Formats: sequence, C-alpha cells, structure tokens
Amino acid sequence: MSIASAPTEPPISHSAGDLAVSATGLVKRYADVTAVDGIDLQVRRGTCVGVLGPNGAGKTTTIEMLEGLKKPDAGEITVLGRTWDQDPRGIQERIGVQLQEAEFQDKLRVFEVLRLFRSFFTDGADLEEVLEIIGLAEKRKSFVKNLSGGQRQRLSVGCALLNNPEILFLDEPTTGLDPQARRRVWEVIEAFKANGGTILLTTHYMEEAERLADNLIIFDRGKVIAQGSPASLKADLGADSVVQFTLADGNRGTLAETDLTALAGVRSVRREGASHVLTVVETQQVIAGLFNLAEQNDLLLDDLRTHRPTLEDVFVALTGKNLRDD
Amino acid sequence: MNLNEIKELTRIRVLGLLREPEAVFWVFAFPLILAAVLGFAFRASGPEPSKIGVVETTPAELVEALTAREDLLIEIEEFPTWDEGFIKLRKGAIDGLMMEGVEADDPPRYAFDDARGSSTPAKLRVQRALSLAADPESEPPLAEEMLTETGSRYVDFLFPGLIGMNLMGTGMWGVGFAIADIRRKKFLRRLLVTPMRKSSFMLGFINSRLVFLALEMGLLTTFGVLILGVPLRGDIASFAVISLLGAMLFSGMGILVASRARTIEGVSGIMNLVMMPMWLASGVFFGYERFPEWLHPILKLLPLTAVNDALRAIMLDGESLLTQGPELLVMAFWAVLCFVVALKIFRWE
Repeated sequence: MSIASAPTEPPISHSAGDLAVSATGLVKRYADVTAVDGIDLQVRRGTCVGVLGPNGAGKTTTIEMLEGLKKPDAGEITVLGRTWDQDPRGIQERIGVQLQEAEFQDKLRVFEVLRLFRSFFTDGADLEEVLEIIGLAEKRKSFVKNLSGGQRQRLSVGCALLNNPEILFLDEPTTGLDPQARRRVWEVIEAFKANGGTILLTTHYMEEAERLADNLIIFDRGKVIAQGSPASLKADLGADSVVQFTLADGNRGTLAETDLTALAGVRSVRREGASHVLTVVETQQVIAGLFNLAEQNDLLLDDLRTHRPTLEDVFVALTGKNLRDD
Repeated sequence: MNLNEIKELTRIRVLGLLREPEAVFWVFAFPLILAAVLGFAFRASGPEPSKIGVVETTPAELVEALTAREDLLIEIEEFPTWDEGFIKLRKGAIDGLMMEGVEADDPPRYAFDDARGSSTPAKLRVQRALSLAADPESEPPLAEEMLTETGSRYVDFLFPGLIGMNLMGTGMWGVGFAIADIRRKKFLRRLLVTPMRKSSFMLGFINSRLVFLALEMGLLTTFGVLILGVPLRGDIASFAVISLLGAMLFSGMGILVASRARTIEGVSGIMNLVMMPMWLASGVFFGYERFPEWLHPILKLLPLTAVNDALRAIMLDGESLLTQGPELLVMAFWAVLCFVVALKIFRWE
C-alpha cells in the first residue's frame, strides 16, 4: 500500500467549508408526538453518511427537513454553506433528492420524466449519460407503469442526478426491492460516490449501511443514540462475537437468564424469539461454560451458532429492538 | 421565468391527457353529444297544437267552429261527461274544455287552468276561431310577425351557453382532478425539492388546456353553426379571444378549487359547489333576467355569466371584443384572482 492512498484519520472537528450538510438542535413536533427531538448531524463533503433506525425513529422527518421540504420547529440547518431561508433555489440547484413513495405519472415514458426534471435546472447532466448510469437506456421509451419496482427506483434516483448534484439525499432507496434490484440501485449510488459526491441516506437495511456508508448515525425515538464508522460502532459493542442458541424440543429442565449472565465472558444476554443471544468476549470459554450449564440442568441445546458482531447486534444492543420490527 | 420548464410541464399534461382515452372522451365527445342532444331537442319545433275538450252537450256548431280552420291548430277531444273532461284538464292532457252556456242564450262556458303556460295560446285560438265563425271576413286584431329568423330561436340562445358551460366544465374538472391525482401520488412533494417555479407548474396546467381548446372549440362551434344553424355574426377573432380567456379563467379556477383538497372526492364536492350556482344563474339554459332585478348586477359578476354574455353578444348580435369591456374585465379579474390565490394557498405536501 502506498503512502499516498493511505486513509487519513478524520479530523476531530471540521471547518465549515468542509461540511456539505450541518444541522444542530433539530426539533420537529407533530400534533401528538415529537418526531425529531434535538438532533445534531454533520456530513462531510465526499462522504456517505447513513442514518439508521427503526420505523418511526424520525429518519424521514429529519432528511426532509434537511431537504427543505419540512420546516424544523427549532434548530439550524446549513446545506452547502447556506440556510434554507437565505437561498432555497440556490441550494435546490445543487442537491439531488429521492423521496420515499413519490410516484411518477403512469403514462409518461422514462425519457419524458427525465426531460421534465432536467428542465427545472439551469445546469445539468446529459440525459443520455444519466440513462446509462441508471441502466435504463434500453427502457427509455417504456411507460413508467411498465417498469419494475427496481427500475422505478433507479429512475427516481436518476431524476435526482440530473443537475449533477453535489449532495444526494436518499430516503430508503431500496425498501421493498428484491436483493438483485437492490444491488443495481447500490451500483448507481456507488458510481455517484466514486465521482466524489456526498450522500446522506436513510435505511433500515444493515447490509445497505455497511456497503454504502462511511459513517453511521443511529436514530431511535427522534434522538441520535450513537454514531461513528461501522467498524468503530461494532468495536464499541465491546464484544468479540455473538453466541446464539435455542433449546431443543422436549427439554425437561429450564434455563434462568441469571445463569447465562453469570458465565465468564458474557457481556449481555437477550431473547430474540426462541433464541438466546449472548454478546461475549471469550467465545471459546463461554461455549464451554454453556455446555456445562446444559449438562447440570439437563438441557439439550439446539441450533448453536456464533458470529462476529454485526450492525444489527449493535443496533439491538443500543435500542433493544430489531431494525425491521414494524 | 424558465420557459423550458413551462414547456415541459405543459407537455406532460398534454401527453397525460392524450394517453387517457377516457379523458379524451370527456373533453371532446361529451360536450358534442350534449350539444347535439339539446340542440336537436330545441331545434325549430313548430308551434304545438292546442287540445280542446268537448262533451256531448257541447253545441255542434261550436265544435264545427273550432275545427273549421286548420291553421288555428286546434285539436278536439270528446268526453262523455263534463266530469271526465275536467279530470283530463286537471292533469294537463287538454288545454281547455268547452260546453254549452248555462241558459240557452248565455255564451258557451270555457274551463282552463290559468297556471299552465299552454292554456293562454289555447284560449286565444279558441277566441279567434269563434270570431271567425261569427264573421268569416273579420280581420285578426293584430298583424302577427313570427319569430322564425335564425338567431332568435331557443337553440340559438342555448348554444353559446353550452360553449360557456363546456369551457367551465372541462377547465375545472380537467385541471382539478389531475392535481388531486398527482397530490395523492406525492408527486407534488417531489417537484417541491427541485428549483421548479410554482407558477410554472400552474401555467403548465393552464397551457395544456389551451392546447386542446382550439380543437375542442373548433369541433363544437362547427357543429353548432353547420348542423344546428346557429349564427356566428361577430368576428372569429373576438370569439376565439373570449374562449381563450374563458378557458384560462376556468383552469385557474380548477387549480384554486384543487389547491387544498386532499382527495378526489373533496375536489368533486367543492367543484360542484362552485359550478352549480353558475349552471343555474349564469344564463346557460335560461337568461338570468328571470331572477329578480336587484340580483342582476351580482349575477353579472359571476365568471360564467361574463363568458356567456360575451359569447352571445358576439355570436348572436355580431358584437366585437371592443364592446365587451365589462365582461372582459370580470373575466380578467377572476382569472388573476384565482391564479394568485391558488399560488398563495396551494397545498404542496
């Protein structure tokens, strides 16, 4: 590895010019609920920040405030060095936005949709280039209603790329897509990132966050509960691995959670359906202890697995719930 | 002003409409069918004959007098008794009932229902028949001139009103529904995060109406002039300008009506609320002169009244744009008001 390409440590604080998006103390209240409750968030130029959280955590509300679609009840937002009050059009010319659930007119063709969105911007990309990037060149004359879910989603991202934006805001860009279609969308996003683009994306897919994001911000109930790179978040869990098992059918004995917690090397214990999930430091020692425990209590273990901590584990440890619980 | 975006926004609306066969039907075929049905129904139908009932005791010379002259258009229906004839009279099946006088020398009795419009011509015909029977040489009391000239028939009155109603209907429904639909699809929010000018969005709707207007009005007017024989006495340019302004005005009104409503149902409701009074009071099917006089200045301020009045003046009276100042002012006022208010209160979310 050459010195030149070695990654540099991220600076502790960033100068204003280095930040593509910056928000402090964001609050958004609806009639009966505080959707966003004092969020600070920063996105450095040229990085991809993923906002992770379960449904209702305030991800969409936050990203829509940053996009200028919703007005915060409190807090400051700066996008590309400007505020939404100062120069909304100036910001809009330089950002690309993909929204959840926004549908296009059914009976428009792909290139007609792109041509429409291109007309809103003073400067921008070549339609043909964008069609190539989103992989819809052959579908250019198809009606929107005849596109698959993944193709529609790529068209939606394509509309966000037409002004050669400096920042791309993506709100759950692959929700509801099959794995194949999801990967095609990721490729489009990665191509944008490879050209130095800045991305802020919300997701509740761990795999998506791991693959695309340099930094993650984890939301729960309208607050930031953790942030950092995927690796540092996993390191913060303070566990070497996760041990998981169920009890086989026909067990006579029972297992007390305190017995599991008492095992040397176990950091935390939780139930996930029928499974017991342990985060541990000394994997081998814990498993040996587990077998002893089973023997003493006349238990039969089933489906015993261990794996390296994933973001899912980080998330569950932080929030006590699974990401995709609806 | 971004002309390119206005062009593209107009284009997607036009394409959207052309690609929906149903929409094409409602815009083009429906007004034609409506005009055809109403036009033929009210085309120059000759005068209705009067039906006069007689009974057995009605003197024969009276019956003879009533039927002596065919041009008086009297038809006789006989009843066995007065009571039976009277029942028919009450139901409106006959216009009058005639029988002998109470005493031999009294004039014959004639029963009719004063509240029914057709009873008056019937009575006049009967009186004329009797005076002709008494003196075949008698001159009619009035020298009559019949209204048969084109331009003064009911269909001539009706047709410009139908055009006005059509301008209102297609403008408001077409635009209002399209907006409700794209709001439901959350497409409006997607536009909101671009630098698109909101006025361009609305102009796109109005322009797309104008694209269809020429075709729509061409068809409708040709039909009226060639098939129904409605006159177009003023110049086509004035006629076109009024139609154009009317179409813009009503699509602006469509945007305003749809500017807050969240659902198609909501839009329909407000739409009917706005259009219904104008269907009735703006002189589509009958002149607003039938309303009390003190209401006329208010009715003249309604947008459809202005459009109808101007269209009638140009088609029937051969007026030009230059004499339609007040109407043009009313139309322009509503057009600007609707556009500005819609821009202000429009719900994008």
